[in-house]
Amino acid sequence: MEFKTHISVQNLDVFYGKERALKDITVDIPDKKITVIIGPSGCGKTTLLKSFNRLVDSMDEVKVSGKVFLDGENIFDPKVEITHIRKKMGLLSQKPFPLPMSIYDNVAYGPRIHGIKEKKELERIVEHYLKQASLWDEVKDRLYAPASRLSLGQQQRLCLARGLAVEPEIILGDEPTSALDPKSSQRIEQRFLELKREYTIVIVTHILRQAMRLADYVVFLYLGELIEHGPAEDILVDPKEEMTKEYIKGIIS
Amino acid sequence: MSRRNIEENVFKGLMVVSTLIILSTLVLILATVTVKGLPALNLAMITQTPKGGYYLGKEGGVLNAIVGSLYLAGGATLLAISISLVVVLYLNVYAKKDSHLAAFTRFSFDVLWGIPSIVYGAFGFTIMIFFGLRTSLLAGIIAVSLLILPIMSRAMDEVIRMVPEELFDASYALGATRLETAFKVIARQALPGILTAVLVAFGRGIGDAASVIFTAGFTDSIPYSLFRPAATLPLAIFFQLGTPIPEVQDRAYASALILTVIILIISVVSRILTKKFTKHIVK
Repeated sequence: MEFKTHISVQNLDVFYGKERALKDITVDIPDKKITVIIGPSGCGKTTLLKSFNRLVDSMDEVKVSGKVFLDGENIFDPKVEITHIRKKMGLLSQKPFPLPMSIYDNVAYGPRIHGIKEKKELERIVEHYLKQASLWDEVKDRLYAPASRLSLGQQQRLCLARGLAVEPEIILGDEPTSALDPKSSQRIEQRFLELKREYTIVIVTHILRQAMRLADYVVFLYLGELIEHGPAEDILVDPKEEMTKEYIKGIIS
Repeated sequence: MSRRNIEENVFKGLMVVSTLIILSTLVLILATVTVKGLPALNLAMITQTPKGGYYLGKEGGVLNAIVGSLYLAGGATLLAISISLVVVLYLNVYAKKDSHLAAFTRFSFDVLWGIPSIVYGAFGFTIMIFFGLRTSLLAGIIAVSLLILPIMSRAMDEVIRMVPEELFDASYALGATRLETAFKVIARQALPGILTAVLVAFGRGIGDAASVIFTAGFTDSIPYSLFRPAATLPLAIFFQLGTPIPEVQDRAYASALILTVIILIISVVSRILTKKFTKHIVK
């Protein structure tokens, strides 16, 4: 399978204080595919994901070296405007965190801060992306109700709609189904499989079955080191490295 | 009975006694003020300013002090909000968690909180002299706002610190700046707590006598300018209690009752508003 690169990580190191969370990571994330980052807890999966939209910046005593190229631009270049980078990526966190406002305002928040004021246009955007996240039918009669009243599964789809509404190129998911029930997880996974036609998707997961269902490309991390990466059928079915084999067989977790 | 059972019961007893002490204090204060003040309370008390000879038992009321207190506490609260909110958002959104400046600022609030209000009054008075100001509503507002600033800031800081990290990230991930995140998301999430902080501070401000005695002064007319002296309820109570005439002393209790009712109304309103704003809060 041929891959076109969307995000290119080059010699990325991340330190939290003295602890080295990522060690010299170099990997290319393919365009318009689902890349799944797997590995045992504490291996740096989330750190790698949060480097892409530079949310690592907001953590204390963090030091980053290396480069991450997005559309040919190094996102860690001090000249880069951080809000501009983040606008290109939607983030789904482990537990959905709707903003403290109505369902409508949650989706409209992104477009509004990026300058869309017109009511008609905002209404169109909200409807469009709620439909894309397959939430519209459940909330169309209560768009002005607080988002916090939705179920967890609905909240996660709302967060997806909210992320899509800023028209990103990339969707980042940090174990996005870990707080959801099986039915809701399935709906989110279904969305990912449809969305990958238009978006590059990067998901962190510790559920191997989920990786098998979704992944086109797999990145395996262990204790901050990149052990192996490649097309899903290679890594998940016939890994080369001993460590990957053991992880997939469930010996290390 | 086993040792652990005894411990359990002794502690339960202590809790009941402590709770009773607090409740009975509240009930006793309310009862004293009501029993002594209610008979002296009449329509004239809240609709008229002191007429000639009021402090000797003649006609009039304390409308000057009611209006003065509301202006003064209201103005001081507004001034304190505009400073507190900015400082607290700075501490929680901009400053790093391990920042020395942030730690020092929080420490300063604690120290300022402990300073007696008469010191704020004296400090305000010194500043007034420096700027050549006379006792005025404005000077009173400034002194009271200094007094309530640490109370308000500390209370706001506590609630904003409770906002989960992920909520910041959710907003940042959408490309929001820190400023947008601070005002559109964080302040909103913490709104009920911020409101409580504001009203606690207002209650403290309206009830304080020592900080206004040198700064706002006292007058028998309703304040109509920021640069004129203003009467306040705590001082009205103080002056009326200080007279040897029993009827005027009763009016002091009536004034105290008015002040208590104002604070009670504010507490109830704040409860209702807090409930109303809690619906959007993300847990």
